[in-house]
Amino acid sequence: MLIYLLKRLIYAIPIALAVSAVCFSLVYLAPGDPLSAIVPSDASTELIEQLKKEYGLDKPVPVQYVIWIGRALVGDLGTSIATGRPVSSEIGNAISNTFILAVFASLIGFVLGCVFGTIAGYFNGSWIDKAVSAIAVAGVSVPHYWLGMVLVILFAVIWGVLPAMGAGPGGSGEWAWDAEHMKHLVLPAVTLSVIPTGIITRTVRALVADILSKEFVTALIAKGLSQGAVFMHVVKNAAPTALAVMGVQLGYLLGGSILVETVFSWPGTGFLLNTAIFQRDIPLLQGTILVLALFFVGLNLLVDMIQTGLDPRIKRA
Amino acid sequence: MSAATLPTPAVDAVVVHKTRGYWRGVFARLLRDKVAMLCLLVLAAIVLMAIFAPWIAPADPIKGSVLKRLLPVGSPGFPLGSDELGRDMLSRLIYGARLSLVMGITPVINALVIGSFLGIVAGFVGGRVNTVIMRTVDVFYAFPSVLLAVAISGALGAGITNALLALTIVFIPPIARVAESVTTQVRSLDFVEAARASGAGAFTIIRVHILGNVLGPIFVYATSLVSVSMILASGLSFLGLGTKPPDPEWGLMLNTLRTAIYTQPLVAALPGVMIFAVSISFNLMSDGLRSAMDVQR
Repeated sequence: MLIYLLKRLIYAIPIALAVSAVCFSLVYLAPGDPLSAIVPSDASTELIEQLKKEYGLDKPVPVQYVIWIGRALVGDLGTSIATGRPVSSEIGNAISNTFILAVFASLIGFVLGCVFGTIAGYFNGSWIDKAVSAIAVAGVSVPHYWLGMVLVILFAVIWGVLPAMGAGPGGSGEWAWDAEHMKHLVLPAVTLSVIPTGIITRTVRALVADILSKEFVTALIAKGLSQGAVFMHVVKNAAPTALAVMGVQLGYLLGGSILVETVFSWPGTGFLLNTAIFQRDIPLLQGTILVLALFFVGLNLLVDMIQTGLDPRIKRA
Repeated sequence: MSAATLPTPAVDAVVVHKTRGYWRGVFARLLRDKVAMLCLLVLAAIVLMAIFAPWIAPADPIKGSVLKRLLPVGSPGFPLGSDELGRDMLSRLIYGARLSLVMGITPVINALVIGSFLGIVAGFVGGRVNTVIMRTVDVFYAFPSVLLAVAISGALGAGITNALLALTIVFIPPIARVAESVTTQVRSLDFVEAARASGAGAFTIIRVHILGNVLGPIFVYATSLVSVSMILASGLSFLGLGTKPPDPEWGLMLNTLRTAIYTQPLVAALPGVMIFAVSISFNLMSDGLRSAMDVQR
């Protein structure tokens, strides 16, 4: 098993490097010169040459990449063109907000998904199963940014019980663990949770139905084990896969929260990406996407490793 | 994928010898599937609405009167109300089907062609070619789909072509993976070996044996991707990265109506209902198709 874990770890390194290369190349996708966002159009050629040197743009592309990745490894992602502050500190603030949102959303999704999925698996084929499956399909098919708007309309505009925007009172960008901030978290987290709820429901339903149809379960019931004890066996068999799915979902939510963050003006990485895109702030765009993508790669790696540890059947050498 | 997640491809053991009777059976089972048929009806209605928009729409989707802005649903002359620039919502929703469907479906079709080609070549040739193609695909698969779409279209800048390109790149990796895995399975089967032994060339084998077995599962998988693609494409427009005003597109309409939720919440929510309807119909139809083809078992 140790060898498998090591292999998996080593395999992740080229993927991470390739992912960073894709992030780096984003600057060459952007129309116009990378400098056009900061240089006035009537700048002298000397000034442009000097700036090119300053930003290292006079060197060949592979060299630029190596310099960029080398700096990124020590936490230097350049300077934001829009704010003039280091990209890493901009991301540091934003990512903790996105993290809180994504963690809560995946927790909600995991709990609801397990409950719905288990019920549907136990009543395989009945109307309850069909109703739960309908919820699951709706969860993965709903445009979640629209669902966010609908929730705002219901809970903020019509009933006025929950705030519609920001992470805290007065549109503050800083998160704190108090009731007021928690209130601001409810709607965005619920909105973001519909996708993992749908996916985990489907996974758990299939797992539970499959486990219950296995012969060892029949044997357990035959030897007179109580319902609760049989259920524990089901949980033990379903848990590794369900947890793995949740881990991957957390990664998707971290990278995919931009739409929900836009709806709720949540001060996270989605907000940062929005700024980066519309102010043509390429260092900020590259940096944010690099960090989120590497999080995703790392999380997938972690999930794989934990799953290997949890599930004794996996003995990949 | 959801929306944020791509559906997991069902690729295990799909290889069955498919005769004409098999497809007739699939069709018959699909006809009996009430849910799938209802979804097909909904989609057909929306497609017809898109094609015949100029004849169905009661008003101009671009021109409006500022005096008649944000009218509620059921106003005289504005059956579904009017938007923030006084344009008829019903007409905009009808015309919106055109761009929204094109933006949702085109990336999947593009990815279907490119992804299957890459996957079949990788699976059939194997060896170093497989490694190069599949490892490259893995890199793009290592991005969360929403992030990759936003990154590419964000760097390229707003616009329909850029959004379509970004989404195509998002959908190539999952399709290539399905195609590669099925091709690899089929390639090692006896009947392929027999065909090769009896002198069939690579192209004949691919055309007759590989494509016949690979296209079915990929097609089913692609129909479920359309659901994700609709949500992502409208999502890009919602962020301001896809279509530009005043073009009627459901995601963009949701964006421009965001400020109207305090005055006309029902009108503001309407475009999302359309996206939801198309997306869930594709998802359920894909489920129906999958069980009719028995791909899972």
